[in-house]
Amino acid sequence: MDAIILQILNGLDKGSAYALIALGLTLIFGTLGVVNFAHGALFMIGAFCAVTLSRILTLSHEVIDETRKDFLGNPLKVDVPYVYDWFGQETGDVIIDWAVPLSILFAIPIMIGIGVIMERGLIRHFYKRPHADQILVTFGLAIVLQEIIKYFYGANPIPTPAPDAFVGSFDFGAAVGMEAGQIIYPYWRLVYFAFAAVVIGAVFAFLQFTTFGMVVRAGMADRETVGLLGINIDKRFTIMFGLAAAVAGLAGVMYTPINSPNYHMGMDFLVLSFVVVVVGGMGSLPGAVLAGFLLGILESFASMREVIDLIPGINQVIIYLVAIIILLTRPRGLMGRKGVMEE
Amino acid sequence: MFGLDKRDTTLLLIVAALVALAPFLLNPFPENSDLAQFNAGYPDLMQRFVIFGIFAIGFNILFGLTGYLSFGHAAFLGVGSYAAVWMFKLLSMNIIPAIVLAVIVAGVFALLIGFISLRRSGIYFSILTLAFAQMSFALAYSVLTPITGGETGLQLALDDPRIIGQQVTEGGNIPVPSLFGLEMRDSAELALGPWLFTFNIGYYVCAIIMLIAFYISIRIFRSPFGMMLRAIKSNQQRLNYTGLNSRPYTLAAFVISGMYAGLAGGLMASMDPLAGAERMFWTASGEVVLMTILGGAGTLIGPILGAGMIKYMENIISKINKTILHEWFYWMPDGLEDAMVSIVYPFIGKGWHLTLGIIFMLVVIFLPGGLVEGGQRIANFFRGRKAAKQEGKGTTEPAE
Repeated sequence: MDAIILQILNGLDKGSAYALIALGLTLIFGTLGVVNFAHGALFMIGAFCAVTLSRILTLSHEVIDETRKDFLGNPLKVDVPYVYDWFGQETGDVIIDWAVPLSILFAIPIMIGIGVIMERGLIRHFYKRPHADQILVTFGLAIVLQEIIKYFYGANPIPTPAPDAFVGSFDFGAAVGMEAGQIIYPYWRLVYFAFAAVVIGAVFAFLQFTTFGMVVRAGMADRETVGLLGINIDKRFTIMFGLAAAVAGLAGVMYTPINSPNYHMGMDFLVLSFVVVVVGGMGSLPGAVLAGFLLGILESFASMREVIDLIPGINQVIIYLVAIIILLTRPRGLMGRKGVMEE
Repeated sequence: MFGLDKRDTTLLLIVAALVALAPFLLNPFPENSDLAQFNAGYPDLMQRFVIFGIFAIGFNILFGLTGYLSFGHAAFLGVGSYAAVWMFKLLSMNIIPAIVLAVIVAGVFALLIGFISLRRSGIYFSILTLAFAQMSFALAYSVLTPITGGETGLQLALDDPRIIGQQVTEGGNIPVPSLFGLEMRDSAELALGPWLFTFNIGYYVCAIIMLIAFYISIRIFRSPFGMMLRAIKSNQQRLNYTGLNSRPYTLAAFVISGMYAGLAGGLMASMDPLAGAERMFWTASGEVVLMTILGGAGTLIGPILGAGMIKYMENIISKINKTILHEWFYWMPDGLEDAMVSIVYPFIGKGWHLTLGIIFMLVVIFLPGGLVEGGQRIANFFRGRKAAKQEGKGTTEPAE
């Protein structure tokens, strides 16, 4: 029982990342009908937003500290971050410590901006072209974005720690009234899961309960008729693209403490996220979320020692295996709508 | 000639001439000159030109003709490499059995994967092939280590049986791959004044095989079978409604292109007898897609051009560094020189992928027919607008 709960918990954080990326992919596919291979790059750019903000916050200038001397007896030069000057040392420390969560505010406008520019500048010229062309051009774009990030930030992973309050683990078993010491779980992963749940809930609420969301859903169902009713659906879809980019970016921002960002992390996630989208059903938002969590949890179950002993190598291939089985037995995916890209 | 019409014969002969004279053509700059770094006439790179040419020709038979975009073709290349290295370990260092087995194994593997993947089309087909390739990669890295050598890759060893051939050379070394005594790494060198030309046996073996592969691909393009594949690309639904089952045709195309990839893998192992799982990684599959599109999918010569261009960029552009850039722009005023260097620098050296990505995007956006279409447009421009109008009509649009 403990082992099962532990594996479900372990699957949650990866599953959250899959679900968030797959949600964005599905939003883009469902609204614009575009297969976006550059979505992983958006996830990666989000992660580098966090890196950038923590670098900006620690920008410092040299100050001569008269009270302390170096070993030659001269006054010591100390690097003082600008935030100390503005907010005082204690507040400054807190701000620097909370760089990753603060990056959320920093990343949202940037990601929406990137998404809108991408859609207006490139993707919209590809609506009428075959899906293969869309895949190819966004694949090229992903390479370009990746190389730009590599040029500015280098090829090595950049560690970006979580705030001190969330470093370390806690005893999940004791918290829910089971035997202590059995289920130990890192705080940040729980934060990530909660964050993902909030973002997913917000996206669904936005689509379900606002007029804007209602128009977008109508547009997803029948774009032409909505256009005939005198609604500028293109403009709304552009905004949805920006929103999808922001969702991917936020997934990246919060993922930085779990896995130090490097320039090719987007591609690694992209391949899996596509599998997730296909398993969930192309164009189905709940399907994407469900499949994301399902595959994340399945993956962590497959990494259990007992399972690996039984079927060697299963942990490496489980996601692809599930995808193959689903595609062949249930071509529409778990929750795919009828008639949406069945062929 | 050879059952080809006049145009195709000319094309085949031109390609044959270019390939045969490649050691001269790729070494246009004298040794020790400033421009010698742009010479591509060394054996290793020339071998890669033709091997990836074969790979791309095969990919083009699938993607160019049927429009099925496979994102997992590198798996067949990897399987072919492993098969060839195993032949070197077990049988002999002769490359013939190695290449034959590589092609057969890759063909069987393609038959299996194709049988399942081709039940879907469009993006689902891409995802399925990608999933299979990634699975093969992951398995080769972990569970199949006894067969694939895992992370270190599959290498030859002194105590391999090699039942037909020689187990150990007289000097006590591992023998090198050969074709009935012709060692693949042997080269003849010709010095003409300041120029130095290298003629490598391995290169010419690969080149002859590539010409055969190219000839077969021309025959496929011109055959009724090729017409059928094109029909699948332009409208599969209509084809099905006429009562034709298109699956055997797509499967045949998939297996043929898998065998081409296996051939390329076998040759790669013959030139350098080791195989690693990274050859199956999905970026390697992406590379062959880039090559085919860049050159021109669906055209005969396009994939070879694309493969040559990407491999040339990979090897030559990535070698340029800051010092060389400063040499190029030395004639400019100082400030301007530095500015030029800092503008160009991100695109060369380690940044060559950026250049590649930008070129690729431009090609997909403005030249969906690749370099071949670019060449045609330029030719039409010089011939005048009338010709352009007539030639522009025969293109087919892939079905959604």
